[in-house]
Amino acid sequence: MYQEIILDHYRNPHHKGLRDPFDVEVHHVNPTCGDEVTVRVRVLDGIVEDVSYDGQGCSISQAATSVMTDLVIGRKVDDALVAHEAFLELMQSKGKLEPDEDVLEDGIAFAGVSKYPARVKCALLGWMAWKDATAQAVAKQKEAS
Amino acid sequence: MTSTLAFDVEAVRKDFPVLAREVHGKPLVYLDNASSSHKPRQVLEAEREFVEQHYSNVHRGVHTLSQEATDAYEAARSTVARFIGAQHDDVVFTKNVTEAINLVAYALGNPGSPVPLGPGDEIAVTEMEHHSNLVPWQMLAERTGATLRWLGLTDEGRLDLTNLDQIVNERTKLLAFTQVSNILGTENDVPALVARAKQVGALTLVDGAQSVPHQPVDVAALGVDLFAFTGHKMLAPSGVGVLWGRGELLNALPPFMGGGSMIEVVQMTGSTYAKAPERFEAGTPVISQAVALAAACDYLGAVGLDAIKAHEVVLTARLLDGIRELPGVSVLGPDSTEARGSAVSFVVDGVHPHDVGQSLDDLGIAVRVGHHCAAPVCRRYGVPATARASSYLYNTEADIDALLDGIVQVQRFWGAA
Ligand SMILES: Cc1ncc(COP(=O)(O)O)c(C=O)c1O
Repeated sequence: MYQEIILDHYRNPHHKGLRDPFDVEVHHVNPTCGDEVTVRVRVLDGIVEDVSYDGQGCSISQAATSVMTDLVIGRKVDDALVAHEAFLELMQSKGKLEPDEDVLEDGIAFAGVSKYPARVKCALLGWMAWKDATAQAVAKQKEAS
Repeated sequence: MTSTLAFDVEAVRKDFPVLAREVHGKPLVYLDNASSSHKPRQVLEAEREFVEQHYSNVHRGVHTLSQEATDAYEAARSTVARFIGAQHDDVVFTKNVTEAINLVAYALGNPGSPVPLGPGDEIAVTEMEHHSNLVPWQMLAERTGATLRWLGLTDEGRLDLTNLDQIVNERTKLLAFTQVSNILGTENDVPALVARAKQVGALTLVDGAQSVPHQPVDVAALGVDLFAFTGHKMLAPSGVGVLWGRGELLNALPPFMGGGSMIEVVQMTGSTYAKAPERFEAGTPVISQAVALAAACDYLGAVGLDAIKAHEVVLTARLLDGIRELPGVSVLGPDSTEARGSAVSFVVDGVHPHDVGQSLDDLGIAVRVGHHCAAPVCRRYGVPATARASSYLYNTEADIDALLDGIVQVQRFWGAA
């Protein structure tokens, strides 16, 4: 499970720390283990301008959140959601899916995690928070326009 | 080192087939007993024999099997009662300890409660409760307008009793607390707490989920009003728990659930209720699980609760001593075996408990990680979660040594030592 890529992201997380400006901030917890993450999202003209985060959790949740920021920052919201879907599908695959590196980049390292149902939620914590915040940010902009 | 164990652990281990299996190619080291224990062949066979030869619904028929099943179920109640120093009729079978506690929390809030609660009344708990002995009281307070108060914790992982007289006061209607903490391992001073509750006329409810499996418990001697525990942590199957209460109190409590078996006279305009224990056993009860729980009591009784306790003290001391030698590893909870159960929560600096647990699992070692359904305790000590090892009668010194060695390997893998 503990691939080198995961350990690298865990030890040196990308885009970590809460930054301004942002549109929406959400706080998600995993009630079964107490892991938590705060995610800020800024969306501009349909592009995920920035995602920043802070949290505490295990290597899997921290590394997955770091990988997530690589995959969504600077992308169109729709493309980022495609990556989200692909990661979700991988996590639900129970180890039976060959992940697509073009779509998931470092995220492919989590294929093994999908064999451990107890850890899938860890891997999805940051993603779920990002999706929630992004949906809120998009809705907010629709309202404003 | 010579062993001071008072029973043959190797013989006991042979009764638990699972202990012979491997996990990830390594012999299983099962140290998650505070969460749930394994079941010996004798318990499984008792349940199987009952289901294969005597099973039927209870209390509802004249045919032979129905009578045999009823006899077995009630005999199980007697066995469980004897096991905790109680009378047969004062033992109510529930699904688990959680249901037993909720039963009391709902009954106390129902019309006709002998202890009506409202604004100005108080319920007292402790900061070390399992959510099962905390959330039901929060909900009861919410329903009734009563106020929930709690005893805090010392840095050493014990109850802070310095303000006991303020927290448990003339307004307190009920004091609910755990005998032994599932996360800290702390054994609480039941007599001191009961004495204070008695002074102010408050009922006491003790969560015995972590005490009954591991040490002799005599509910009458404890002087409490209500006592609850759960079968699956004491060699019985999941699905059966126990609420014990003083007879007069149980019969004064309004029912929690309505249905079959708990009634006296039923008319369309209303019903009267049976006496305890049936009063609280609406519907078809957990029949075969109760029979198995009695077999578990017999098994534990035959080994001897004093011997089991002594065995666990040896293992717990070995673990605490071992952890003390490991730089970067600390124990959450009392650091000696005095007034302490076998659950040892620990934190490895720089390694999240989930990763500790996963890496130990790779070595075949089962520990529990997380907040152990006692999130306020983690918050109190400023940790998100812990890893917890908890031994039982079938664990050995070799298991403890495997864990200690495993922790060192975890530290090495994660670059934390
Ligand atoms: C102290 C304590 N209380 C309550 C419970 C809840 O037990 P159950 O889930 O069997 O109701 C547990 C175990 O999880 C416990 O350790």
